[in-house]
Amino acid sequence: MADEVILLDFWPSPFGMRARIVLREKGVNFDRREEELLSNKSPLLLETNPVHKKIPTLVHNGNPVCESLIIVQYIDETWGPESPLLPSDPHERARARFWADYVDKKIIPAARTTWGSTGDAQEAAKKEYIEGLKVLEGELGDKAYFGGDRFGYVDVSLIPLYSWFYALETLANFSHEEECPKLVGWAKCCMQRESVAKSLPDQHKVYDFMLEFRKKRQAK
Amino acid sequence: MDGVKLHAFWASPFSARVIWALKIKGIPFEHIEEDLPNKSALLLQYNPVHKKIPVLVHGPRPVCESMVIVEYLEETWPQHPLLPTDPHKRAVARFWVKFIEDKSPNVWMVYRTVGEEQEKARRDSSEMLSILEEHGPNKGKKFFGGDSINIVDIAFGGVALWMGAMEEVSGCKMFDAAKLPRLNAWIANFKSSPVIAENLPDRGKLCDHLARLREKRLSSSTSK
Repeated sequence: MADEVILLDFWPSPFGMRARIVLREKGVNFDRREEELLSNKSPLLLETNPVHKKIPTLVHNGNPVCESLIIVQYIDETWGPESPLLPSDPHERARARFWADYVDKKIIPAARTTWGSTGDAQEAAKKEYIEGLKVLEGELGDKAYFGGDRFGYVDVSLIPLYSWFYALETLANFSHEEECPKLVGWAKCCMQRESVAKSLPDQHKVYDFMLEFRKKRQAK
Repeated sequence: MDGVKLHAFWASPFSARVIWALKIKGIPFEHIEEDLPNKSALLLQYNPVHKKIPVLVHGPRPVCESMVIVEYLEETWPQHPLLPTDPHKRAVARFWVKFIEDKSPNVWMVYRTVGEEQEKARRDSSEMLSILEEHGPNKGKKFFGGDSINIVDIAFGGVALWMGAMEEVSGCKMFDAAKLPRLNAWIANFKSSPVIAENLPDRGKLCDHLARLREKRLSSSTSK
C-alpha cells in the first residue's frame, strides 16, 4: 500500500524548510500544501495540530506529527535507515540534539527579532544573533558539516536560515560573510545538495515578504 | 561500562528529572552537588555554552540539557524504557516534552516577577495546564506514559512538583485543582511513585531557598 504523506507548510518558514529538506533527502513522495497562515488556516491544519495550529505539520497515513525537529526525527526513524541524519553513537546524538536546540532557542528567535524590529530592539537582537552564529562557527570548526563529513541533523536545523541572510543583512545592516565567513562557506556547501536547493526559497523573495510583513504591522 | 557522574543542585527541577530517569532505569551514578552560584571549574569546562546544571558525565564525555540527557539515557540503557518503540507514538511523546519545555518558563516567571508581568505569566501557565488537562496523552490512565512513568511524566514532574512551592513563595496561584481533575490525580499518582517520592527536595527547605532567591532578585532589580 502506498504511503500518504502530506506536509502542511508555509514557504518562508525555516521550520517548514527543515521538513522539506529531510523528506527530499530520504526520497519520500509528499504532497506539500501551502497554508495561508496570515489569513485562513485550513481545516486539516486545525484538526491535526489543535494545540498550536502551526506549520509544519506532517500527516503520514492520517497520523499527524508536529514540531519541525520532531518531524525530522520521525522521518529519520521511518524512512531510509541506511542513510540516517542522526549519528548512531548516543553521545554524538545527544550532541546533535543539544546544538539543534541551541539553534531553536538562541538563533531563530534572535533572527526573527532582527528582521521584525527597528532601533534599539533590532540592534540588541542583531548582536545576540551574530554572537550565536559565532558560537556555532566554533562548534563547526574545520569540519565540512556539524556532524563531521556527513550532512546531518544540526545542518538541517540551521541551513534554512540561509534563505533569510539577504533580508537580515539588508534590514539590519551587517554582513554574514564578514562576521562568520566559515559558516557562510558551510551554507554554500549545503546548498550544493539538491534537497536543500529545492527546499529553500529565493533570498530576495524572502526579503520582499519580510518588508511587506513589517509594513503591515506598522500600519496596524 | 564507564562510570556515570551527575553535576546537580538539590533545589533544581532540571536535575531532579535526570535523577528520576537514572533511578527508574537503575543506573548507578555519582551525585556531585554543585554549590550554585559558585560553579565548579569542572562544570564550566563540561558546559561552556550554558554553564548550567544538570550535566551528566559518562566516562569522559558530558551531556547537557535535562531532556537531552534523558533521551541519552534512554538510548544507552534501554531497560525500563521511557519512550515507546513505535515512531509515531515517540513523536507524540516528544511533542508533549517540547510543549512542556516551551511553556514552563511561564511558571518560573510567576515566581520571578510581580505586577502585570506576573499576571501575564500566571495566565500563560494556567493555559499550559488547561491544554495538558484536555489534550495530554493517555487520558484516563495513571500517567502520560500509560500505566508507567515515561519521558512526558518526567518532563512535567519537574514543573508540576515545583509549582506548589512557587505559588507559596510568590503568593500567586496557578493550579486550580477544581478545574484540573486529571492533572490533580496525576500529581498524586506521580508523587506517590517510590522513585519520585524518595527523590524530592524537602518542601520547607525548598520554599525557604526560593523565598530568599526571590527577595534577592526583586530587590536587585528595583535598586537599578
